[in-house]
Amino acid sequence: MDATLFSWIAVGALLLASPLLMIMRDWRWVLGLLAVVYLAAFILVSRHWPLGMAVVKLVTGWMGIAALGMTRLSLAPPEAEKGAFLVEGSFFRLFGAALALLIAVSGAAAIEKAIPGIGLPVIVGGLALIGTGLFQLGMTFDVLRVVVGLLVVLSGFEVIYAVVETSILVAALLSAANLGLALAGSYLFLRSSPAAEEVEESL
Amino acid sequence: MTAPAIWIGFPLAVAALALLIPNERVNAALGGVAAVLLSAIALFIPFDSALLIGPFSVKIASSFQILGRSLVLDPANGALLAILYGLAALWFFGSEAAGVARRLVPLGLGVLALMVASIAVEPFLFAAIFIEIAALVSIPLITPPGQAPGRGVMRFLIYQTLAMPFILFAGWMLEGVESSPGDLALTLQAATMLGMGFAFLLAVFPLYNWMPMLAEEASPFVVGFLFWCLPTITIIFGLGFLDRYAWLRSSPVMADTLQLTGVLMVVTGGIWTAFQRHLGRIMAYAAVVETGYIILALSVQPASNAIQIIFLSLIPRGLGLAIWALSLTLLSRKADSLRFTSVQGLARALPLASLGVVLANFSAAGFPLLAGFPPRLALWEGLAGDSVLTAFWLSIGVLGLLTGAVRSMAVLVMASEYTEWGWGETWVQRIMLGVGILGLFILGVFPQAVRPLLEGLPLIFNRLGQ
Repeated sequence: MDATLFSWIAVGALLLASPLLMIMRDWRWVLGLLAVVYLAAFILVSRHWPLGMAVVKLVTGWMGIAALGMTRLSLAPPEAEKGAFLVEGSFFRLFGAALALLIAVSGAAAIEKAIPGIGLPVIVGGLALIGTGLFQLGMTFDVLRVVVGLLVVLSGFEVIYAVVETSILVAALLSAANLGLALAGSYLFLRSSPAAEEVEESL
Repeated sequence: MTAPAIWIGFPLAVAALALLIPNERVNAALGGVAAVLLSAIALFIPFDSALLIGPFSVKIASSFQILGRSLVLDPANGALLAILYGLAALWFFGSEAAGVARRLVPLGLGVLALMVASIAVEPFLFAAIFIEIAALVSIPLITPPGQAPGRGVMRFLIYQTLAMPFILFAGWMLEGVESSPGDLALTLQAATMLGMGFAFLLAVFPLYNWMPMLAEEASPFVVGFLFWCLPTITIIFGLGFLDRYAWLRSSPVMADTLQLTGVLMVVTGGIWTAFQRHLGRIMAYAAVVETGYIILALSVQPASNAIQIIFLSLIPRGLGLAIWALSLTLLSRKADSLRFTSVQGLARALPLASLGVVLANFSAAGFPLLAGFPPRLALWEGLAGDSVLTAFWLSIGVLGLLTGAVRSMAVLVMASEYTEWGWGETWVQRIMLGVGILGLFILGVFPQAVRPLLEGLPLIFNRLGQ
């Protein structure tokens, strides 16, 4: 299949996954959607990077998700999380995400002019991730959601930055930053859980 | 042997070792001795030239290749490394007295090594990623076990992370500006991106709200360490941009922007300091003001004067914050919190710690005879020649800091008449604070004492330093 078609499929997945990330209450859904985001970002990055380097991004992202997931698994579910499927204010969040996506789509042409050869799917995908991630960051102080928001913003940035920077060191450092962010998130997640306090008290 | 291996690799190895050591005292000694050793090597052993030690010849090469890029610490960086690791030694030795050595030594050394890597990496704009990783390493430092992360921690994480994409994009755009200097739109975009990145990194107005929050949530000592370490080295990184790009350096708009930003930080930080009722928040706002001073100093012309002022404030800032943070830690152990209502009258129980808080605050305000005075005087002179109005606004900020200091002093000595005076500090704490306070006076009265260290610092920058 044509690489461009693949890219547009990846963009479609991003446009679907990034708003859903903001409204899903269950952490399994949130991390699953984040995994989809990384897969789509990998497809977009592989347009400009060698496959080996692009895979590093995917693997690192999924490792981060695994770290967050394993941390969450080790904690008891909070009472509030057992109930509804969607978070409060879902319509507002969807409205915000729609605005972010609209800005991404409408601004893409101008950026394509500024960076020739970047490709429309890369711009739309990158901007959509940055926009929805920033919106998510502005909406909450919940540790998991903040960390996921930051990871989404960084993914969007990396999708676009991959076009202009192909250094191996930068790829390695950005992967380290992504993984570090996920690990820092896991640590904060653990600290914010009442279960963690109980474990510490029992020790 | 290469310089990056010594000043980046070795501290990281010591940090890893310190993680395994459960003893507070051993940790503090390990971190302190390692930092002193690194400072002494930077000071006395020349880079890139063979040194004969008995039958052995030792040469410290300045460059280290990694994944096709370089980490470079050239001879001009020697004095800076000596200052950074020398001041870090103060923090690490003091960490035992503050009771945070087990966290501060391993993580603090890691943060410092990564920040040094940010100075060393070539191309220099990749430094943003090292700074981000350093910020991530500092997360466990400010969220100790048994404590849920507060809003300050979350904002710190968000702001530091958002800075990285802005700076990396700006670096790429700046290359475009170099190749087509007439493109005004691109120039404006690049400068805006760069400004946003540094606004997040340096906690520029109004993005500094995480600092007072963090000062309330975490140990004052580790927060003080971050307030010292992160902005100090970020400023050096920022100077690299000014040094590298002539249009940025010579742009009158850039000078005006820096001046306005610096004034905003000094004035708002100073005013907030005056109205706080929490000693930790006062320190945080004073740190904001100090960063404002440095940004303001960047606008001083000629650039060589700006560099001199910035480097002159390196040691007083580090020393002042170390004393302030240690003193606050001791006070916070005695009181429930650092709120005025809790620390009222504590000067009689902890006289030296109380004195440390007040003197460090006065020093930050640039009070005569204290360490902060010479750099403030140089800044006032530099600014007054250019704009009296700016100097006036600066005085508002200074007044705010002085008000904060006087209020702190009034609260700390406000004990009932029959309260006995006593030495609540241990011998180690008294020695640490006593030496630090003495240092504040020595730097204030004899600023030329550190001149040999500061002389070579401008040479780090090929163009700014000339």
